[in-house]
Amino acid sequence: MAVVFERPKSLIDIPTHYCPGCTHGIVHRILCEVIDEMGIEGDTIGVCPVGCSVMAYDYFNCDMIEAAHGRAPAVATGVKRTNPDKYVFTYQGDGDLAAIGTAETVHSATRGENIVVIFINNTIYGMTGGQMAPTTLPGQVTQTTPFGRSPQLAGYPVKVCEMLSQLTGTAYAERVAVDTVPHINAAKKAIRKAFENQKAGKGFSIVEVLSTCPTNWGLAPADAIKRLQDEMIPYYPLGVYKDVEEGVFANAEGGNE
Amino acid sequence: MERNLMKGNEALAEAAIRAGCKCFFGYPITPQTELAAYMAKRMHKAGGVFLQAESEIAAINMVLGAASTGVRAMTSSSSPGISLKSEGVSYIAGSDLPAVIINVERGGPGLGGIQPSQADYWQATKALGHGDFQLLVYAPASVQEMVDAVVTAFDRADKYRMPAMILADGMLGQMMEPVEFPEINPNAYDKSGWATDGHKFKREHHIINSLYLKPDELEKSITDRYKKYDIIKETETDAELYLTEDCDILVCAFGATARVVKSAVNAARAEGIKAGLFRPKTLWPFPVKEINEAAKSAKKLLSVEMSMGQMIEDVKLAINCSKPVEFFGRTGGVIPTPAEVLGEIKRMGGTL
Repeated sequence: MAVVFERPKSLIDIPTHYCPGCTHGIVHRILCEVIDEMGIEGDTIGVCPVGCSVMAYDYFNCDMIEAAHGRAPAVATGVKRTNPDKYVFTYQGDGDLAAIGTAETVHSATRGENIVVIFINNTIYGMTGGQMAPTTLPGQVTQTTPFGRSPQLAGYPVKVCEMLSQLTGTAYAERVAVDTVPHINAAKKAIRKAFENQKAGKGFSIVEVLSTCPTNWGLAPADAIKRLQDEMIPYYPLGVYKDVEEGVFANAEGGNE
Repeated sequence: MERNLMKGNEALAEAAIRAGCKCFFGYPITPQTELAAYMAKRMHKAGGVFLQAESEIAAINMVLGAASTGVRAMTSSSSPGISLKSEGVSYIAGSDLPAVIINVERGGPGLGGIQPSQADYWQATKALGHGDFQLLVYAPASVQEMVDAVVTAFDRADKYRMPAMILADGMLGQMMEPVEFPEINPNAYDKSGWATDGHKFKREHHIINSLYLKPDELEKSITDRYKKYDIIKETETDAELYLTEDCDILVCAFGATARVVKSAVNAARAEGIKAGLFRPKTLWPFPVKEINEAAKSAKKLLSVEMSMGQMIEDVKLAINCSKPVEFFGRTGGVIPTPAEVLGEIKRMGGTL
């Protein structure tokens, strides 16, 4: 009998620690499908964040580094600059990437660091039990916004793709979601494009993935998907925010050491 | 061997490149800026990477990333910047990674000042970051010693898979002295058993990590590291003993301060006071055997530091408080003079 569907080879076959209904598993899978399809597992180094995916190093079969909270892009920079022929990706949540690691995110993007950033936006801190994230929606109830996020008190959410698309060093920024099969397929295509960009040396590529956190949202998995569709996508529109076909250094001026 | 007149900060950079450092990540801060500037000029030609990071925090994490792939990596800063790096240093130690960190100390706390200081002794030797760990700490006293310390630091960092620090100060970083660069053939350490440089489908995947959620596993990782520290305490101490054989007063000082003290010791000897100098060249591990050897004939000890007194605690511990230990220091960027130290020695000599 022909095998028509199997686990990606670069995704280690062990149970994960993720909650039921969490979409990390989907993103792990499509990322690993891309790594397999490109045949690059042996040349790839991944960098994990602090957050729910902190232990992703146990799941991805490529070499992995566990970074301090928010520092994954800096760690990835150190890896990539000394190993320019390798593929380097970070896998980060919203608190990691858009709060404590904002400087590392912005500056790796503006340097045109030739890495891939997979950004999981689920509007909440999952690992620590559901506190306000930089991407928490106005009005959203979390442990630290018990009456709903008040912009007057807690400010507005960070729209990461919109922000990073303003930087010359960003080659590619796309926001995707993993709520439906067509969206999942589009998300995989975006991740593939990001890695192809790295292969071609185009510069910084980020794929923002709208994801769910049923546990900390207090919703059943199916309801969590519905919230993603009804509340998140309107606030965080899907689409390509930046795509520099020729790469960010094609017309670079200045000293070339 | 060719002798060059070089500024301390530039000599540190040149020594690192010659020791096989392949990347430098840094952030500007006085009084170590010449080091990064030198790296910016030289590193690319030497086939390495220079990158000015957006922060001290990013710089140390870039070092962590590069070191994870088995490359010799370094960062440098001065006191306030080292505080920012402390998170990354803890992660480097907890991930068993080699790296070299240079601190060209200035006065603190806070923004402090930009003149020389030794007030980061505690930070370097006791707590450069959270958790149970140590880093190797070298305390050179001349531009030539800084060169030698960098070479040793890279070697031992690789040998023991741990961070190593050069604890210099603004005086050493800014002074110019003749320096010779020895022929350096860095030992090649096999990192293929742990480096995350891509497995090429030829081995299991490697993980660089400092997270252990099970307490007994975390405890084991730490106790294993402390076994390594025990070996280092036995084998890696280094100190200079000067006129200590018959000394009544043993003056203890490290780094640039020790040069001031040496002048004072010579002046005391000229006046018939039997003074000697104990100068630790490694601050961690502290040269316990060496100081006990140096203090054999001493009736009193004096710790002289550019701080309010930090190393003095290790001096007392090392001799088990068996003799009186007094302190003299200047802080905030003020450098003690030989006359001041001589005055202290004479005062102590008068009450023997």
